[in-house]
Amino acid sequence: MDHKRLTLFAGHYGSGKTNIAVNYALQLANEGKKVCIADLDIVNPYFRTADSAQALKAAGVALIAPQFANSNVDLPALPAEAYRLVEDLSSFGVMDIGGDDRGAYALGRYVPFIKKENNYRMIFVANCYRPLTQTPEDALEVMREIEAACKLPFTDIVNNSHLGPLTDVQTVLDSRDYVEKLSKLSGLPVYMTTVRADLASRTAEHIPNVFPLLLQEKYFDLPDQKR
Amino acid sequence: MAQRILMKGNEAIAEAAIRAGCRHYFGYPITPQTEIAAYMAKKMPKIGGCFLQAESEIASINMVYGAAAAGMRVMTSSSSPGISLKAEGLSYIAGSDVPALVVNVQRGGPGLGGIQPSQSDYFQATKGGGHGDYRMIVLAPASVQEMASLTIKGFNLADKYRMTSMILADGTIGQMMEPISFEDAEIETYEKPWALTGTNGARKHNIVNSLYLKPEALEVTNFERYERYKVIEENEPMWEEYMMEDADICVVAFGIASRVAKNAIVAARQEGIKVGLIRPITLWPFPKEALSKAADKVKGFISVELSMGQMIEDVRLATACKKPVGLCNRCGGMIPSPDEVLESIRNAEKGVF
Repeated sequence: MDHKRLTLFAGHYGSGKTNIAVNYALQLANEGKKVCIADLDIVNPYFRTADSAQALKAAGVALIAPQFANSNVDLPALPAEAYRLVEDLSSFGVMDIGGDDRGAYALGRYVPFIKKENNYRMIFVANCYRPLTQTPEDALEVMREIEAACKLPFTDIVNNSHLGPLTDVQTVLDSRDYVEKLSKLSGLPVYMTTVRADLASRTAEHIPNVFPLLLQEKYFDLPDQKR
Repeated sequence: MAQRILMKGNEAIAEAAIRAGCRHYFGYPITPQTEIAAYMAKKMPKIGGCFLQAESEIASINMVYGAAAAGMRVMTSSSSPGISLKAEGLSYIAGSDVPALVVNVQRGGPGLGGIQPSQSDYFQATKGGGHGDYRMIVLAPASVQEMASLTIKGFNLADKYRMTSMILADGTIGQMMEPISFEDAEIETYEKPWALTGTNGARKHNIVNSLYLKPEALEVTNFERYERYKVIEENEPMWEEYMMEDADICVVAFGIASRVAKNAIVAARQEGIKVGLIRPITLWPFPKEALSKAADKVKGFISVELSMGQMIEDVRLATACKKPVGLCNRCGGMIPSPDEVLESIRNAEKGVF
């Protein structure tokens, strides 16, 4: 894969940014790169990058997370250490940004550094099955709101269209028109299509640049949802 | 438009409310339910509805009271500490016999507590919270689909019986994402001849009020209200039974705890332990009959809760203490693991509850 020094994942609330960011960081590590991932989500109280701390540590990925992530303190504060992602140019960086424009405000302070270095990919994560971005036009609106909030334009789109445990290959194939139209409207290329790992090879028969995702099992997954 | 969409539990509540005809939302932000307000803020202006962030929880519940008196489908949502602030309004709404939907996406308490999930507002929801003799219909969703379907059901029941329906969810179900569909939504509408809609000089004016100058009249009103509650207790209990056909042990759990319990039950079955689950979907009216019947078959119950043990009292009452009832619990924002529930099932198999 063609990686930039810094990869940023932003998008609509609940579009799948955290899962993709974690998997992408693990992929970089697999390729033998020095990697650091930062959780810049100031919106979400639960289900965060820090949930994958063990897997990231095992792969040698450095994790920078807000001090209060997953605690009882609902404090949207970012650690000073997060500057490492834009200052330490010897390491690949992955940024997991909070949802919508509200989440993207947190990115603003790093943008002057990012633009100066100019070796980044700013990715819009799209899921056509999310209710408020069901049309390419709605997704474009969210895209523009995020750009206005963080002052950094998107460079790529990732198609992460899925329906959780009900996702099959067809679910992903049905999203092609949507993503093509979003790509046309925004003028941005589709960098990759992310799918659950067990569906990846069959999806890749139809779609280029499929990126497999390993998902965490959660304590509340129902017995019939286990894979 | 896709037939199924992927939603957060909180978003599902908001979308379901809009589909049920709710055009008035009054709230005040609090984690972990803020997505409900955020969704309403985004959608209500586009459909001619009213989203209003009030200056406090107390203001918002009284706005609900007002809109309900005017015959609107109206709701508010909050999380545990915010519901405590709304308690006075809940009592006034009950005393005035107007319908409303109130959502509590619970977090750990008491006090300011924390933002992680909890079920420790069971007493508050089912036994009062506000003052006076009153009940609320309390619905406990265990999936994002149920966040939607029980919201619609809640509006229907509230209008039908002229009272508050409460969705008692928890932070995890509010935040988790699952695919859902609205295809089976059954939206009922009810005439509201009592509502304050303006007489146009054509009818006697209606009064919505919870103040009674004569104690005799207040007593009669309470008697009448409890007759209505009796009908609800007979007709409206909802529950799910899971692997109960041959069960020797019955786990009782609602909401997120029931999902953990199901995983533990599947694991226990693999060890040859005959265990099943009764999942109350309505916490009031509590599914007493289902539990009473189970008490004649099983050797004991385990109540699995994200609290110090609150529903367990209703399990004991419903089963008239015929069989032992054990407790498997975590609290303060912690969640029992499937292994912890499995251990309590193994103990129950040995007769230790």
